[in-house]
Amino acid sequence: MNFSFSEEQNMLRDSISKFVQDQYEFSVREKLAKTELGFSAENWQTFAELGWLSIPFSEEMGGFGGSVVDSMILMEEFGKGLVLEPFIATVLLFGGVINRSGNSAMMEANIPSIIDGSTQGALACFERQSRFELSDVKTQATKHGDQYSLSGEKSVVYNGASADKIIVSARTSGGQYDNDGITLFLVDANVAGVESTGYRMMDGQMVANITLNDVVLSRESIVGQLDKGFLLLQKVVNETLTAVGGEAIGVMDKLHTATVEYTKAREQFGVAIGSFQALQHRMVETFMACEQTRSLLYRAVCSVAEDKDEATKDVLALKTMIGRAGKLIGDEALQIHGGIGMTDELDIGHYVKRLMMINTFFGDADYSQQKFAELSLAA
Amino acid sequence: MDTTFSAEDLAFRDEVRVFLANTFTDDLKARLSAKSTYKAAQVEWQQSLNNQGWFAVNWPTEYGGSGWTPTQKFIFENERSLAGAPGTIPFGVSMVAPVIYGFGSDEQKARFLPRILNSEDWWCQGYSEPGAGSDLAALKTKAVLDGDDYVVNGAKIWTTYAQLADWIFCLVRTDSSGKKQDGISFLLIDMKTPGIKVNPIIGIDNQHTLNEVEFNEVRVPKANLIGEQDKGWTYAKALLSHERTAIAGVAQSKRHLSELKKVAAVELSAGKPLLDDPSIRKNITDIEIELMALEYTELRVLAAAAAGSSPGAESSLLKIKGTEIQQSIQKLRMDLAGVYSGVFVGGDIDSLSGHEFSDKARVEYMYGRAATVYGGSNEVQKNIISKFVLGL
Repeated sequence: MNFSFSEEQNMLRDSISKFVQDQYEFSVREKLAKTELGFSAENWQTFAELGWLSIPFSEEMGGFGGSVVDSMILMEEFGKGLVLEPFIATVLLFGGVINRSGNSAMMEANIPSIIDGSTQGALACFERQSRFELSDVKTQATKHGDQYSLSGEKSVVYNGASADKIIVSARTSGGQYDNDGITLFLVDANVAGVESTGYRMMDGQMVANITLNDVVLSRESIVGQLDKGFLLLQKVVNETLTAVGGEAIGVMDKLHTATVEYTKAREQFGVAIGSFQALQHRMVETFMACEQTRSLLYRAVCSVAEDKDEATKDVLALKTMIGRAGKLIGDEALQIHGGIGMTDELDIGHYVKRLMMINTFFGDADYSQQKFAELSLAA
Repeated sequence: MDTTFSAEDLAFRDEVRVFLANTFTDDLKARLSAKSTYKAAQVEWQQSLNNQGWFAVNWPTEYGGSGWTPTQKFIFENERSLAGAPGTIPFGVSMVAPVIYGFGSDEQKARFLPRILNSEDWWCQGYSEPGAGSDLAALKTKAVLDGDDYVVNGAKIWTTYAQLADWIFCLVRTDSSGKKQDGISFLLIDMKTPGIKVNPIIGIDNQHTLNEVEFNEVRVPKANLIGEQDKGWTYAKALLSHERTAIAGVAQSKRHLSELKKVAAVELSAGKPLLDDPSIRKNITDIEIELMALEYTELRVLAAAAAGSSPGAESSLLKIKGTEIQQSIQKLRMDLAGVYSGVFVGGDIDSLSGHEFSDKARVEYMYGRAATVYGGSNEVQKNIISKFVLGL
């Protein structure tokens, strides 16, 4: 048992940290967030050149051969700078599903172009009515001979507006809420019948609603196995959530540290407000929340990396705590900063909004806790 | 970063399981839970551990420590908790021993450590006083050198199991001229010395665990002074971080939580198990998730300690979170007991309510209030983190 990082991992962290410090000053980030694209294509090419886009892929595919621990490290450093580039959507979700598909032709056709930065991807797995339920799928894939025809609407698709290729979950059998009978399809974003409407979330990222009108696909477009898309999704979501947990801890640490530093500098009643015990004890609570979250993150990331039976349970525990601790840390950062914390000009509010978006990403705290309870309290 | 067990770790786990099955027998269990046989049974349990070389898990091996890796400590605690076997009484092995091997003389090490290892001496802790609780350095119990002896006068309070103890380690004032942290000395005192009187304090749990210990003209040989006179505060502080780490009680809480789930599955309301109640499910899993996190926080601290850093302010985090979790479990068990949590019959009978866990639930809930007070109150722990971690 050990909780330290390898030399290679420390070097990876240093290089990402340096990029964030040099290239991602808050004012630069704010300009990027307001562009139509919502991120920098130039940065994306830099990520490709530095090999970051290759982290989760095997060496045979030209990748770095990294684990979820490496993705977690990258995302923690990204979190500190509120990095906007769609690493989660393209590399972890889209790339993750392809990588886990078991379909070598599809992997060979798609992974190299993720790694070299030329393909942007998205995973379209939620619908208007589905809330956080991956199995609630109305989008229909109807079989016509050797082909499938897809119809339906996917909503809040991360990176949906910029994606060249989209993985769409659709029903090939079963009822609307069944785990079985969901199939994943690889869809070209510019093929006939695909329409995308982009819009922006409160943390600056671009998403899209994607409408599919009788989109005709060959059988080769199926990712993974027919009717078994749910299990594949669940596995990729678990892996992605540990990396997003890294991002969350990066954001939380940043908020906690910035708040403590602020109370050392801000004076009222002739003294630094950090000298007040009423505030000190609240910042001790946020410190403990950061440490407890980090512990669950390490627990979950090891469970997923080691493919343990309790991996899903550990990830749900992590996601629950990210939601609850994130709320505490965000609220305290705003409250202790006082009036200045309310301004759009200060970075604090932007970190808080990112934490709020992470909370709702693939299941908020309440949802995750109920799922956790189903596993933990089963008779 | 990895949490896999090596083949050696798995072999060790099997060894622990076999040991527990052979040693922690039903007979021993029964004797541990009856007041009249408790002390002898606890000593027997600790001696079995020592025979195996598994008693002093945090000591350096040269003094008889187990030499375990953090992973082995984790495995042992986990298995112990699963089996429901008791921990060790911390005052000797976990609290005074590190001070003795850290700051004591060779004579003191040779005299006290083997007897602690073999549980021949039962120790208690003489820190708090009526006027010195969270502000421990305000202590007034006085020791004055007279020939080869210190003469001790004063009183210690909240002394757990003083009525069972052979020895007490005490902080005493040897100089009151300077800063209150200076002028404190660390003394080892034989409880049979004339002039010591133990006054029982019955707690809100209606049990006798706590005591006041009076010292009237108690003569303590100079040879029982640890380190230098007036430097006791330094030694005591080193001890406190050991104490706080031990208080976290993660393994114990895991066991209590799994027992609580079983109770919730059989206790009914309108014919349905309480475990189906959404608020009970929320309350149980709130605790479970915090505890899963704390288990890894403790492992991270242990791993850092094995790599050479001594437990500092992190032990305050373990103390705060550990005791909060203990109290949450106790509160939830009281909720499950409902009206039966109040059934008070005294003595060892707990069957009148028809809900056997309810008496234990009440006693542990009431005594459990002390956890956020002892070992330095949780508010004091927050001051420590604020100062030493946050730099405020």
